Amino acid sequence: MSLSRFFIRRIVYSIFVLLGLSIVIFIIARIMPGDPARMAVGARAPQWVVDGIRSHMHLDQPLPLQYYYWLSDALQGDFGLSLVTQRPVTSDIREFLPASLELVLLAAIISSIAGIGLGILSARYKDTWIDNAVRVFSYTGIVTPSFVFAILFVLLFGFTLNWFPIIGRLSDNLTAPPVHTGMVTIDALIAWQPKVFVNAIRHMVLPAMALAMGSIAQAARITRSSMADNLSKDYIAAARTLGIPERVVSGQLLLKPSLIPTISILGLDIAATMSIAFLVELIFNWPGLGRYGMTAMLNKDLNAISAVILIFGALFILANIIVDLVVAYLDPRIRLRSARSD
Amino acid sequence: MNNVIMSGRHLKTTISAEQIKTLEKASRRENLGRSWYKFSRNPMSVVGLVMVVSLILIAIFAPFVAPYPKHAGPFTDFHNAKIPPGLQYFFGTDVIGRDVLSRIIFGLRSSLLMGVVVLALVVPPGVILGLVAGYFQDTWIDTVIMRITDVFLAVPPLILALAVASVLKPNLWNGMFAVSLMWWPWYTRLVYGRAVALRNEYYVSAAEVTGASTAHILFREILPNTLSPILTKMSIDIAWVIIIGSMLSFVGLGVQPPEPSLGTMIADGSRYLPDQWWIAVFPALAIVLIVLGFNLMGDGVRDMFGAEGS
Repeated sequence: MSLSRFFIRRIVYSIFVLLGLSIVIFIIARIMPGDPARMAVGARAPQWVVDGIRSHMHLDQPLPLQYYYWLSDALQGDFGLSLVTQRPVTSDIREFLPASLELVLLAAIISSIAGIGLGILSARYKDTWIDNAVRVFSYTGIVTPSFVFAILFVLLFGFTLNWFPIIGRLSDNLTAPPVHTGMVTIDALIAWQPKVFVNAIRHMVLPAMALAMGSIAQAARITRSSMADNLSKDYIAAARTLGIPERVVSGQLLLKPSLIPTISILGLDIAATMSIAFLVELIFNWPGLGRYGMTAMLNKDLNAISAVILIFGALFILANIIVDLVVAYLDPRIRLRSARSD
Repeated sequence: MNNVIMSGRHLKTTISAEQIKTLEKASRRENLGRSWYKFSRNPMSVVGLVMVVSLILIAIFAPFVAPYPKHAGPFTDFHNAKIPPGLQYFFGTDVIGRDVLSRIIFGLRSSLLMGVVVLALVVPPGVILGLVAGYFQDTWIDTVIMRITDVFLAVPPLILALAVASVLKPNLWNGMFAVSLMWWPWYTRLVYGRAVALRNEYYVSAAEVTGASTAHILFREILPNTLSPILTKMSIDIAWVIIIGSMLSFVGLGVQPPEPSLGTMIADGSRYLPDQWWIAVFPALAIVLIVLGFNLMGDGVRDMFGAEGS
C-alpha cells in the first residue's frame, strides 16, 4: 500500500473515531443529574421560560434525535452558550485556544531539544557521571507529576530566585500587540515589539517547563537506550572498520535510526501534554483552553465541556497522524508494518 | 489424568498423585526462587518493593503511626497554625493548625486505595473484552469491541476522567469510577494483541478439536499465557492511577475536605506559597515518593517476566 493511501485510510478512520468520541461526550453530558434547560436559564426563571428553552434545545425529543441536533450544530461550529462567560462557546474557544497552542508548542520545542540533547549526551558519555546524572534526572522526571513540577517551579524560580514571572501572559505595564494569530509571541513579532516578545517568552518559561519535564525525561531515556542498542550493532562496527570518519558514523549512521523511536514517543507525549495543560494552566493562571475547560468542568458548564473535549480530542488525533507521518518519512519500514497490521 | 508419564517407547511408569503434588510444589518453589532472582537482580527493584510495602503498612496502621491522628479529621488549633517544620511538627502545621505529616499519612490511604480499587475495577472487564475480541478476530464481535476501545484510546484518559468526574458528585468513589471508565481500554488492547497471536497456537487448536467450551479456551488456555504482560502493566499502571487520582483531588473533583488527600493538600498549600512552603511541598514530595516506589517495583516486575509487557 502506498504512503498516501495509508494516510487517507488513517484520516478517514480518525473521522469515525471522532464521531465515536462525540457520542461518548454526548452521553457524559446527558448523565449529568439536573435539568440542562433549568441550568441554562437559572433557578429563578419561571417555568414557561424553562419549557420554552427545553423545546428550543430539543430536550423534549428522544435521545438519538437530540444527539443528531447537537452534532449538526457542533459541525457548524455552534456549541451553544457558555454558562460561565455567557458568550457562544465557539468564540470563547477562538480566544483561548491560541494561548494553549503557544504554550504547548514551546513545551514541544523545549522537550525535543533538551530531551534528545540529554539522551545523546548520556549515550555519548555512557557509564560516566554525566550519564548517571541524566539517568537520575530522567527517572525523577518520569515519576514526578507535572502539577508537582509546576508548584515546585513557582516556589523555586518564581518566589525564591525571582527569575521568571509566575502568573499570566504579559506584565501589567505592557499592552498586548494587535491580535493576528492570538499567540502573543508571534503577534509581537508581527508588530515588531521585541520587548513584548521577550516579556511574553519569560512568562511562558515556567509553565512550558512544567509541561515539558515529563517528555524531556522520557525522550532522554529512549534516545539513550536506542543509541546504546544501535551502538553495539554490526553495521556500526563495519562502518568503523571501513574507516568511515567517526563524525559520519555517530552523526548519521548512529543518530538517525536511533531517533525514530524517540520521535514517535515524543510526539505522543507532546500530544498528551495538552491534557496536562488543564492543570498547569490553572496553576499559572494561564488564559488558555485548559484553564477554560477546567473552569467549565468546575462549574458544570456542559456546552463548554463538550466543545473543549471534542477540540482536544481532534487535536490529539491530528497530532497522532502527524507523528505517524514524520516517522513514516524517517523510516519506510514503519508504514509497511502499519499498513499490514491495520 | 496427568499421572501417567510416558518415557521411552513402551515403558509406562505410573506415579502416585501424591508424588505429583510434591513435584509440583518443588517446581513452584523453584519458579518462585527464579522469579525472585530475576526481580532482585536490580537492587533498585528491591528498594522499590521495600518502599511500597512500607507505604502500605504506614497507610494501614495510620492511626498508630501518625503523631496526631486527630488532625486527619475536622480539627482546628489556631494557636499552633503555620508552624514551620521542627521537632514538634516534623513537616510543620497548616493554616488551621493541623499537623502536615499526620495528614500526609492519612492521605496515603486514599491514594493507595484509588490505585488498588481502579485496577481491580478495570482489569477484569478490560482483559475479558480483549480475550473475546482477540479470539473472535475478524468477526463483528471483534469490530464492535475494538472500535469502541479505539474511541476511548483516542484521547488522553485525564481529560475524559476530569469530564466524567465533573458531572458527578465530587468524592473519592466517583473519582475512582471516572478513572476506571477511561482505563479499561488499555488492558483490552494489550490482551487483544496477545490473544490474536495465541489463538493459532497448537494447544488452542487441540482444545478446540476436543470440544472444549469457549470459556475453557479463553480462560484456561489463552488467559494464563497473557498473565505476565498484564501483571507487568498493572505494576506500572498503579503509579499512573495514583497520579491521576491526585490530579482529580488537586482540582477539587476527588476527595473532599476535611478528609485528607495529597492532591487537595497541595492545592490548598499552594495558596500559601512561598511563606508557608511546607504545606504544599511535603505532600508533593509524598506523591513523588509513592510513584517512585511503584515505578521501581514495576521495573522489577518487568524484569521478572521478561520485557513482554513494555
